[in-house]
Amino acid sequence: MSHSKEIMVKMYTTMNRIRMFESMLQEYFAAGKIPGFVHLYLGEEAVAVGACSCLTDRDSITSTHRGHGHLIAKGGDLKLMMAEIFGKSTGYCKGKGGSMHIADFDLGILGANGIVGGGGPLATGAALAAKYKKTDDVTICFFGDGASNQGTTQESLNMASAWKLPVVFVNENNGYGISCPQCKSMAVTDIADRAAAYDMPGVVVDGNDVLAVHEAVGEAVKRARRGEGPTLVECKTYRWRGHFEGDACTYRCTEELNEWMAKDPIPRFEEKLVESGLATAEELEGVKAAVKKELDAALEFAQSSPLPELSALLDDVYA
Amino acid sequence: MAKKTYLQALNEALAQEMEKDQSVFILGEDVGQFGGCFGVTQGLFDRFGEGRVMDTPITESVIVGAAAGAAASGLRPVAELMFVDFIGVALDQLFNQAAKMRYMFGGKAKVPMVLRMPQGAGIGAAAQHSQSLEAWFMHIPGLKVAIPSTPYDAKGMLISAIRDDNPVVFLEHKLLYGVEGDVPEESYAIELGKADIKREGTDVTVVATSRMVHSALEAAEILAKDGISLEVVDPRCLLPLDTGTILDSVRKTHALVIAHEAVGFAGPGAEIAAQVAEKAFDYLDAPITRVAAPFCPVPFSPPLEQAFIPGAGDIVKAVRALR
Repeated sequence: MSHSKEIMVKMYTTMNRIRMFESMLQEYFAAGKIPGFVHLYLGEEAVAVGACSCLTDRDSITSTHRGHGHLIAKGGDLKLMMAEIFGKSTGYCKGKGGSMHIADFDLGILGANGIVGGGGPLATGAALAAKYKKTDDVTICFFGDGASNQGTTQESLNMASAWKLPVVFVNENNGYGISCPQCKSMAVTDIADRAAAYDMPGVVVDGNDVLAVHEAVGEAVKRARRGEGPTLVECKTYRWRGHFEGDACTYRCTEELNEWMAKDPIPRFEEKLVESGLATAEELEGVKAAVKKELDAALEFAQSSPLPELSALLDDVYA
Repeated sequence: MAKKTYLQALNEALAQEMEKDQSVFILGEDVGQFGGCFGVTQGLFDRFGEGRVMDTPITESVIVGAAAGAAASGLRPVAELMFVDFIGVALDQLFNQAAKMRYMFGGKAKVPMVLRMPQGAGIGAAAQHSQSLEAWFMHIPGLKVAIPSTPYDAKGMLISAIRDDNPVVFLEHKLLYGVEGDVPEESYAIELGKADIKREGTDVTVVATSRMVHSALEAAEILAKDGISLEVVDPRCLLPLDTGTILDSVRKTHALVIAHEAVGFAGPGAEIAAQVAEKAFDYLDAPITRVAAPFCPVPFSPPLEQAFIPGAGDIVKAVRALR
């Protein structure tokens, strides 16, 4: 644990921001307050936080349909996110995008994405732009185990490696592509093995250990900044909820879920922080209380914000 | 003014914009030293270097998607697919990503990319290398669709497309690459979404696109001998579509023939016909007629391919049938 207290507590705070944000969405979705559908990130917080804590505001990410965690970890504004998910005009996208299409270009968030495997080529392009402009900016492409089987992902890995582009492919392997378990959809056990096909490093980490993710992605980011090309980091994790809220999850058993919930990344990190003396239990309680307040404010903002005017329907189709 | 081919005009547009703006670069299959499948990027690799004229792997999804990602990150990529038919493997990156970013992100994204794609039949390339797919792209809000017919338009429209802050699908007809016309040396921009009346006339409006503009002009010559005066309107851009110019022409001539090489059923002509039927029905003295390819894939064998491609004779026949 070589990091400063400030960085560690910030990571802990962000994990809690994601956890509480998603829990709040779970509650309000069940109550019928949120239109459309949502894919929650509960249980996977260590991946987004471990990875994004290696980046600066100048670096970029591409995200997925399960993107709230990535956006929060990259600095996304909770009020604007919450309002967007509630379909309000004050949201990040003025209510035009919703849960799967939130972006903040100023923070390098190039968008969540409704298409599985849609982000790979975009991340490759963002990394190409960084190289073209001769900056040392890095792009992280988050993608799931399902997306790892898409041609777009494999094509992106190939071109990024051939061109030594500054991109890090962070695979969130939560074991299921919707209902289909990994063993049915691919022959490999470790998605990171596929890196060898593109002559790039492939690393497997415990995706429920925020520090392990941070270390692995940190190395990959450094390598990318040095101009040595991409890395594939596979983070083994699990989603606590179904693919979407309302998914009955008949395809997996309670024992499996319980096993993973016992590996909850937040208490694990909490223990480390307290044991190492970087923070006291009271301090961490304080963090949670502050996050709770922040989320209450975000919810209040979202709920009290107006729905979009119908006159906005045709705005922003073109620049 | 110098005579140049359609291909030279495109090449000149690329060179001039690259000279002017460091953020413009080219990516695609064999666009580098090889000069592009049809030669459009010839000489640009030597002039601007591999840093700005990039040979990609055969990976259409990433060509289109990386262009979109780079455009969203502040550059102005010009991507080339060898044949429009290859868009099939890359369509998601165009219509779900590039075209929608601006709207779904609430107006914050800009995606200033151009996707150049040769299309059309006539070189014996058969079903997977000969289609005219403009109608697909016209159906997607967020895209612009340019389809120039002359060297002059090709240069000015490509310059506009590169400067445009939206994703522009730029459709070039393979058989037009060798067509010559007057093209000024200097840089100039032709507004996307502005039709051009290629020949004024009084009796029948022919709205024609791409190579069919030339067929329509040929038909106009033939019919002029019989005292029938065609007005040939080239929309130049199908999205946005300059319906105003088309409607004005129909209100003057009271008759409309639409000519394109795409398959007729649900082709671009269907939209043009609908626009005129909705907005100028009372001005029409005859049913709207479409001259287009038949409803089949493009065949290989030369006589079959020729039978597939609509031409001046079909336009002449269609016009005569109106009267």
